[in-house]
Amino acid sequence: MTEIASNDLRALFRDVLRIRMVEEAIAERYAEQEMRCPVHLSIGQEAAAVGVCAALDKDDLVVSGHRSHAHYLAKGGDLKKMIAELYGRATGCTGGRGGSMHLVDPACGFQCALPIVGGSIPIGVGLALALKQAQRPQVVGIFVGDATIEEGVFHESANFAAVHRLPVVFVCENNLYSVYTHLSDRQPDRPLADLARGHGMPVWRGDGNDLGQVLAQSREAVAHARAGQGPVFLEFTTYRWREHCGPNYDNHIGYRTEEEFQSWVPKDPMAQLAAKLRAAGQLTAADEERLRGELAAEIAAAFAFAKASPYPDAATAGDKIYA
Amino acid sequence: MPEARELTFTAAIREAFDIAMSDDDGVFVMGEGVADPKAVFNTLAGLPEKFGKHRVMETPLAENAMTGVALGAAQLGRRPVLVHQRVDFALLSLDQIINNAAKWHYMYGGIYKAPIVIRLIIGRGWGQGAQHAQSLESVFAHIPGLKVVMPACPQDAKGLMLAAITDDNPVIYLEHRWLHGTRGPVPEGRYLTPIEQPRIARAGGKVTIAATSYMVVEALKAAEILDIFGCQAEVLDLRVLRPLDPAMVIQSVRKTGHLITVDTGWGKYGIGAEVVAAVAEQAFSALAKPPARLATADYPSPSSMGLIPGYYPTAEAIIGEVFKMGLLTQDAFDGAVAALRAQKGTLPIDVPDPKFTGPF
Repeated sequence: MTEIASNDLRALFRDVLRIRMVEEAIAERYAEQEMRCPVHLSIGQEAAAVGVCAALDKDDLVVSGHRSHAHYLAKGGDLKKMIAELYGRATGCTGGRGGSMHLVDPACGFQCALPIVGGSIPIGVGLALALKQAQRPQVVGIFVGDATIEEGVFHESANFAAVHRLPVVFVCENNLYSVYTHLSDRQPDRPLADLARGHGMPVWRGDGNDLGQVLAQSREAVAHARAGQGPVFLEFTTYRWREHCGPNYDNHIGYRTEEEFQSWVPKDPMAQLAAKLRAAGQLTAADEERLRGELAAEIAAAFAFAKASPYPDAATAGDKIYA
Repeated sequence: MPEARELTFTAAIREAFDIAMSDDDGVFVMGEGVADPKAVFNTLAGLPEKFGKHRVMETPLAENAMTGVALGAAQLGRRPVLVHQRVDFALLSLDQIINNAAKWHYMYGGIYKAPIVIRLIIGRGWGQGAQHAQSLESVFAHIPGLKVVMPACPQDAKGLMLAAITDDNPVIYLEHRWLHGTRGPVPEGRYLTPIEQPRIARAGGKVTIAATSYMVVEALKAAEILDIFGCQAEVLDLRVLRPLDPAMVIQSVRKTGHLITVDTGWGKYGIGAEVVAAVAEQAFSALAKPPARLATADYPSPSSMGLIPGYYPTAEAIIGEVFKMGLLTQDAFDGAVAALRAQKGTLPIDVPDPKFTGPF
């Protein structure tokens, strides 16, 4: 594995911190009951999103699922349009049609997010088919979770991508839970990535909370897919800090223990990265303070934009059923 | 005037694909068996050789994913046509059809389109049974965002396919296996049958028969005989089920005062129910008699030819409803039924015509 230069990581620290701060701002304000749509926060899982998107080119494409905020932001999605969408406003990325679970920003290649688990996989594979048919050089990143690979549509899509050697990068963030159900209640004890190997794909498995490792493995995988050698599969282990859906911690409700949660706290991808950068002399307390100040201002502006935006006109709710 | 060129329904579909693929490099066909020697009941015969197997693309048995793949490819300028040799197989893809394709334009605020065609073949006869003979148009017609068409004649088979491929929305194109061998006039070259309205298949003033797909054939058989016995039926081929424009049916009922609907699928919550509701809402007082709905019997399609009598609506059943509405005397009814039975002769119940041989 190639070593990642610490100045590369320094640039990406801003992206990790930005996602963390956006998600925390959503969590903080969610109780106001003004963001009236479900939110699936990415806190704890930022490194996989940032590392993979950093390995992709700007005009590569990405699709995601219900927990898509980090992927959208890491790929370059418009923050104001995202927050406005959460507030159901006309200025949101779908004008209030989709909400948090249907983020989209084709300008940056964030093609779609879909909350039916597995639903976006064949969309991504179809994008890759069209790219290959048109002999275009882009690849498609498909973000999935550990439960997604239980869906038949994953296997149908992986098989098709493999037989046609399509430029697809499957990215599986294994956060151990599907809502409140642990992996061990859903799958036998074997590497998830074995399922991808079964479809003839090369596989990379890594620590999804170690941005350097994510980036290095993603670069190898993306290069493989871009070279026309067919789809690849990345499995990154990580952990969801907050509840499945909503702003709160939920260690008390009984599906996981406080001890388990605490064991993941030292593995916080953001804290680990910050410590590494500090040790390398790449990040001072003053730097971090300045970054946080800049990002807080950007985030505050996005929330202000959202709140100042109008709701879409109810009379337009029946528009755009047909193109 | 030169005599209009006649083609079979099968040849008309094939011609539509030939034209669509010649005119637009983005059009491609995908599905299980599309490039095999049977060429989907010959509707794609010669096209893999002419356009290449990348444009008449065999797929794995992965109905749901292939639907999503079609939708994904359509985002980058492709115009895929997905083929299922039976409607029943497409049930595995309802997630992608209903959750994604139907809502694609709407849920992303109009920034995306979903120009895909899903071609579904309705099986019937030769013992195909419960899972190879379903006619589920009302399932698809229920969903906003889909368009649903059912051609009943070769001219529409071609024109609606070309219109479906050209349309920027997901179009469900349902074709009945028993129509494949039928013949009719088909214009040369490219033309689009608008995905808008029914078609008057036969004009008449005494009773309106609104039918779909193969039931248009049964309705026309009934209308011919009825005419001999002094009852002129107007046969409307509904052909576009979503968006459904009931204006032509309502206009016809205002003239005839009598309405019979004939579905290829089940009656409950079916197309006939929707048509009757539209007429009741907009032209209740024009109805001289309660409308009649004919449809397949309210149970799964059985396999044995011993169990088939009574399952599908027939021309005879249509004539029976006309009689019940008081539009035929007993003598005329008896005469009409006798004439119809004489016409049918000894054709077995499980084949569309004497030339048809099993298995499909």
